[in-house]
Amino acid sequence: MGDSGAAYDVTDTVVGLARTLRAAGVEATPDRVHEMVRALDRLDGARRSDVYWAGRLTLCGSADDIARYDDVFATYFGERPAPRAPQQAAQRPQLRLVASPDAESATGGDAGAERDALPAAASATEVLRERDIASLDAADRAALRRLLAAFSLPGERRRTRRLARAHRGRVDQARTMRLLLRAGGETPHLARRDRRERPRRVVLLVDISGSMSAYADALLRFAHAASHRGRAPTEVFTIGTRLTRVTREMAHRDADAAMAAAAHAIPDWSGGTRLGELLKAFLDVWGQRGMARGAVVVVLSDGWERGDPALLGEQMARLHRLAHRVVWANPRKARPGYAPLAAGMAAALPSVDDFVEGHSLAALERLAAVVAGAGRREVTHA
Amino acid sequence: MSAERRGLLPEGVEGPDDLRRLLDDHGYLADDGLATAAYLGLALSRPLFLEGEAGVGKTALAKALADILGAPLIRLQCYEGIDAAQALYDWDFPRQLLHLRTAEAAGRAQQEDVEQLEDELYSRRFLVARPLLQALETSPSVLLVDEVDRADDEFEAFLLEVLSDFTVSIPELGTVHADVPPVAIVTSNRTREVHDALKRRCLYHWVEHPSFEREVAIVRRRLPEATQRLATEVAHAVQQLRGQDLLKPPGVAETLDWTEALLALGAQRLDPHLATMTLGSVLKYREDQDRARGLDFGGLLAEARGG
Repeated sequence: MGDSGAAYDVTDTVVGLARTLRAAGVEATPDRVHEMVRALDRLDGARRSDVYWAGRLTLCGSADDIARYDDVFATYFGERPAPRAPQQAAQRPQLRLVASPDAESATGGDAGAERDALPAAASATEVLRERDIASLDAADRAALRRLLAAFSLPGERRRTRRLARAHRGRVDQARTMRLLLRAGGETPHLARRDRRERPRRVVLLVDISGSMSAYADALLRFAHAASHRGRAPTEVFTIGTRLTRVTREMAHRDADAAMAAAAHAIPDWSGGTRLGELLKAFLDVWGQRGMARGAVVVVLSDGWERGDPALLGEQMARLHRLAHRVVWANPRKARPGYAPLAAGMAAALPSVDDFVEGHSLAALERLAAVVAGAGRREVTHA
Repeated sequence: MSAERRGLLPEGVEGPDDLRRLLDDHGYLADDGLATAAYLGLALSRPLFLEGEAGVGKTALAKALADILGAPLIRLQCYEGIDAAQALYDWDFPRQLLHLRTAEAAGRAQQEDVEQLEDELYSRRFLVARPLLQALETSPSVLLVDEVDRADDEFEAFLLEVLSDFTVSIPELGTVHADVPPVAIVTSNRTREVHDALKRRCLYHWVEHPSFEREVAIVRRRLPEATQRLATEVAHAVQQLRGQDLLKPPGVAETLDWTEALLALGAQRLDPHLATMTLGSVLKYREDQDRARGLDFGGLLAEARGG
């Protein structure tokens, strides 16, 4: 690889930079590293900007990587102080086993008691399925996790533009020609193909703010199961004080590994909620470009808005125009005497196609059915 | 430098700065990053993967490179459901059918002739080359795979195959290999994340909106009939609009459209009245237009003249 001996060893430096990058979360794989060495060979390795661009063009794989790359590059090669460095939170958030049960029972105790009065004949699993997640103790939570792991989220089906063999539909010209040739010019039938069906994309927006802390762990596990066991392409975001895309973290096959990765990625565990602002951020960065288009978008939140409800209403309307269907799952909806009084919830409802619960495993199963297109139009515009 | 080492680099280009000057001559003003990316793409024969907001000049770069190399620009616009028959090659069914019927009429469809007939039907004359195959067969050429994020993931896998070794195998005909691979530019508006495997084949570059000075220069270069004053004022207004938290912030393409619209109206300078009248060429959402109408264009333009 060229004459690299001059001032420093290029390969060593590049490998060192890549290692630091990997520690910062950029996937600088060996083939990318090799590519950077090749690129540097064609540029001036003694010029800072050439080294910068050679690395950025080869080691980064997405726009999210670039900010990290800039930080690492600046610290690795010194000179310029890293402007963004102190932004990282001092301690890493841990996915806790959600809020303590007694704290919850202060507000939701009556609901729990009511649920306990189910017929004794029902199996433990059946009881667990119906119980409010917020009222569970540690043992029940473990059981719930096992049940959630077996969950699947089938997407609503839509017709694609892609064609597949079919009995009816337009003529499959290539296959017909083969048939004709085989039959010596006469064919009993024309081969046909038709548009194929695929599940719609599902976008899950999980509220992980303080008011949702009792549900956040279970909902994220639901999201994890949905992204694995369902056939629909699934995108997962968390909303709190900021918007975090955790689709990648959810890709871990193991649920606990995925939760740990998500906890690492989410900087605002149990903060406040600015639903409107974050929904806007989602639509600006992802939704409008295409992620929300034609998708089933599910908001899992109690609708507790710290910001301006008018903004939330406006953004929900925008989301509704883009998405195929907007589903809102609100765990508080199951509480006796619930009315969508939280200002945010009231502002959002006009733009919601399906408003469902989300407080228990059974409720999540119903939610999955709604996402799959069953039980349409059960909106309760209060 | 040996021919192999040079890749497709034009004569006299020894570094990114040389390429930038060439691009400049062909009406494309690139910044450091983009010039380096294009240089490396040519030198290493690697596809360029360009991401960025719509209208920042991703497609225009491909056009400029084609100009520089004197090579045809072959464009493949992606859309959902695009497959090999639309991107790579297809058989000309009506002509094949006609040929088969003619052969039949001549009594050639006997058993012994079938194999020969098959060879005829699946020969080059009945093959319709689509953009990817065209690009492999045309050398040199610039291949633009536009908005790859609109295609589905099946197509990505297939594109990956073509872009990794620039070889296509047609079962009935054999393999087509490009001795000099085309300059490949893949663009994405990032409506969804493109698979890592595809990106790994490419040099990745995120294209930003240009700086104020560069934008003025771009307007002046592309629309020489615009006065310096008009260009400055439009660029300034657009930069302000980008800071306005709009649904779709205008890109360079919109800046050029706006200037063109103003020129068509015979404007020498941008005034608040003209700005409001022609807003439709910059902002394409009603909400954005409403927000922009609330802006104080007068003050904004005075500022542009002052600074």
